[in-house]
Amino acid sequence: MTLPFLILAIMTLAGGVAAMTMRRLVHCALALVVSFAGLSALYLNLGAEFAGLAQLLVYVGAIAILIVFAILLTRGGEGEPEGAFSPAGIVGAVVALAVFAVLAWAVETSGVARAGVTVAAPQITMREIGFALMQRYVLPLEVIALMLTAAMIGAVILALREKRNDSAGDSGAAQKQGLRA
Amino acid sequence: MISPGAVDQVFVTLKDWIVFHTPAPLQTLVSIVIEVATIIVVFAALFALATVFERKGLGRMQNRYGPNRVGPFGVFQPIADAVKSLTKEDVVPRAADHVVHYLAPLVLVGVVFLTYAVLPVGRNMTAVNLDAGVLYFFAVGAATELAIFMAGWSSHNKYSLLGAMRAIAQMVSYEIPLILSSVAVIMIAGTLSTVKIVELQARYSNGLAHWYVFTPWGLAGFILFMIAATAETNRSPFDLPEGESEIISGYFIEYSGFKFALFFLAEYLEMFAVSGLGITLFLGGWSSPVSFLAWIPSWLWFFGKLLALLFAFIWVRGTVPRLRMDQLMNFAWKFMLPMTLVTILSAGIWHFLTVAVVGPKPLGGVIRWLVCALVIFVPYITLARVLERGRRIEKRVYRFAE
Amino acid sequence: MLGEGIIQGLVETARNFFGSYVEKDRLTTVQYPEERHTLPEASRVFPILLYDGDDAAKGLRCVACQICEKECPPRCIHIEKSKDKKPDFVGKQQFYPAVFDIDVAVCMSCQICVEVCPFDAIRMDKVYELSTSDRFGGLLWTKEQLSKPNEYYQKIHPMEAAETDERRVKELAEAQAKAAAAAAKAAQTASPAPGDASGNGASAAAKPATAVHE
Repeated sequence: MTLPFLILAIMTLAGGVAAMTMRRLVHCALALVVSFAGLSALYLNLGAEFAGLAQLLVYVGAIAILIVFAILLTRGGEGEPEGAFSPAGIVGAVVALAVFAVLAWAVETSGVARAGVTVAAPQITMREIGFALMQRYVLPLEVIALMLTAAMIGAVILALREKRNDSAGDSGAAQKQGLRA
Repeated sequence: MISPGAVDQVFVTLKDWIVFHTPAPLQTLVSIVIEVATIIVVFAALFALATVFERKGLGRMQNRYGPNRVGPFGVFQPIADAVKSLTKEDVVPRAADHVVHYLAPLVLVGVVFLTYAVLPVGRNMTAVNLDAGVLYFFAVGAATELAIFMAGWSSHNKYSLLGAMRAIAQMVSYEIPLILSSVAVIMIAGTLSTVKIVELQARYSNGLAHWYVFTPWGLAGFILFMIAATAETNRSPFDLPEGESEIISGYFIEYSGFKFALFFLAEYLEMFAVSGLGITLFLGGWSSPVSFLAWIPSWLWFFGKLLALLFAFIWVRGTVPRLRMDQLMNFAWKFMLPMTLVTILSAGIWHFLTVAVVGPKPLGGVIRWLVCALVIFVPYITLARVLERGRRIEKRVYRFAE
Repeated sequence: MLGEGIIQGLVETARNFFGSYVEKDRLTTVQYPEERHTLPEASRVFPILLYDGDDAAKGLRCVACQICEKECPPRCIHIEKSKDKKPDFVGKQQFYPAVFDIDVAVCMSCQICVEVCPFDAIRMDKVYELSTSDRFGGLLWTKEQLSKPNEYYQKIHPMEAAETDERRVKELAEAQAKAAAAAAKAAQTASPAPGDASGNGASAAAKPATAVHE
């Protein structure tokens, strides 16, 4: 266990704990960001450049902003938590334990753990990752892209339907038709 | 006689010499500290220079003198500004979230400084040669949005919150064209490493460098990149998050004294960083455009280009009025995004129109250039027509002003 | 075409940018402490009190009628009337201000005091660099500080001063004619002393204030 790892691990864990325990929603979100950043730094520390930077770009740059936007746009839901334990907390702990158990099981049964030796980190360049994504895994990539597009269109349609209820006219329907075409 | 190569590498040699003369266990640390300190000092000094340049340049564009009182031609104005901001009272609103309010400017400046790690400011003068340098730049740069949100939210002021919301919406929207316009370069270069991208552009044929801006997709990409960069850095005409006349300077309204100066610093540093990336991706980084000027030190080329882009930023600020929110979004999603996709397409065509397809050099090169330019130009005209259709722009008549 | 207008605008600002280095006419800024605008004649800042002759106390035109004090919208004038009297320029006995203070910091340069003054005693000054390090009394100016000779007025407002002086000369002449007529009448009724009367009139023309005092 090296010093950088220790620092980053503490940062990640502290961020995670703070995200669960802090009172204000925005503080929780910011603590979560610290946790994300620590995780991405851990990846970088392991030499997984792409994974670390993608983690940073996606989680800090996008997911955190999404959370923040959700908090900002839904005011009034900020109830003060009462007591240390709440049913939601127990459920959360159960879920976390289950996830941990699954991951631990996966790691235990994987070849690396069974071999019991530390395998040298493979030197993977960005170029190889690019080739892998564009050649061997191009079909899964495209399927995922299609799914995301579908999700996005779905979100847009949901937003539009709300608008049609307001103005109750053919403008919403026309927009929807235009979107389908 | 000092050779041009020695002048070019003078800072690298100096650093190596210092590192060589420190005890062995400290060498890594000293090397890192020297690099970080140099980046901080040089770019903070450039910030000081840029503020006075901007004020003088804007003044001249409006037929004014600009600051000319402190020192000869007003060059010591930044010192006066610094003294002023340091001695000002640091006011924090009582309702503010003190910790977050305190952290926001620090996070912003810290994050922006992190992006400089991958900028090649000269030959062999990159702090960290990451294999995924461009990705690193965008990943770290994305965290600035969070710092801006922290500033806006923690102030507990409706204007600062509005400013932060505007800033985030704008930055998220313009990050997409910013990244997509650099994708074309990454595609052609086949690498994400900023060092390698510059090295690929520092080759010459017929005395002319292989800068990507000299290709049709590179030119279009560069213009799109710089427009998106202007929006990313909240500069005029995309300065809605600050909009003095609407939301009285937005997310940093509740900041005073040195914290305000830090926001100011971060804004300029962001501008330099993103200009530096633009130079790296499109303008050949530290390389000279023509081979007979290659004797000029590489770092001079980089900073010369940086100052030129800085002037362009000031020029645009002096010219274009602020956009409206809907114009901003329409421009991002209806114009910038399609155009960046077209540049990627054009870059792809450029890649496949090799000598084997279009024929030998002089004529083949011209054909290749024209075909790729056409691929960009036709969609541009069409898009412009479509966007302006139904929106007749008439000569405005003023009832009272004339 | 999209973007055309922006290019036109950029050309315009570039023309301004380079033009401002070549054509000095473009730069409209006046570099204040070194360069100054020539003020228009009618410019005004705060009121002053005029006096005739060399002696401010003796020649002060103000008769402490207090019209200006009452008319002043921000009430920056403070006058205390004297107990005794002194002769004005035509020789009539008038009160004079024992205290005449103007708070220049309060004065709003409206010139109403000048408009209402029947004695041409108060006029507007053009001096505008009034800053002082004394926060409370520095801009509360007394009679002595406010008194300015008529020559000064002639210098700062030549057109206005010419008109005022002309009128005052006429008034003086009328007053003298009246006085001479009265004197002649008096001479006729009382013991005749024509030589003395004429000498009196001559000295009145030269020094009006002292003339009737004798």
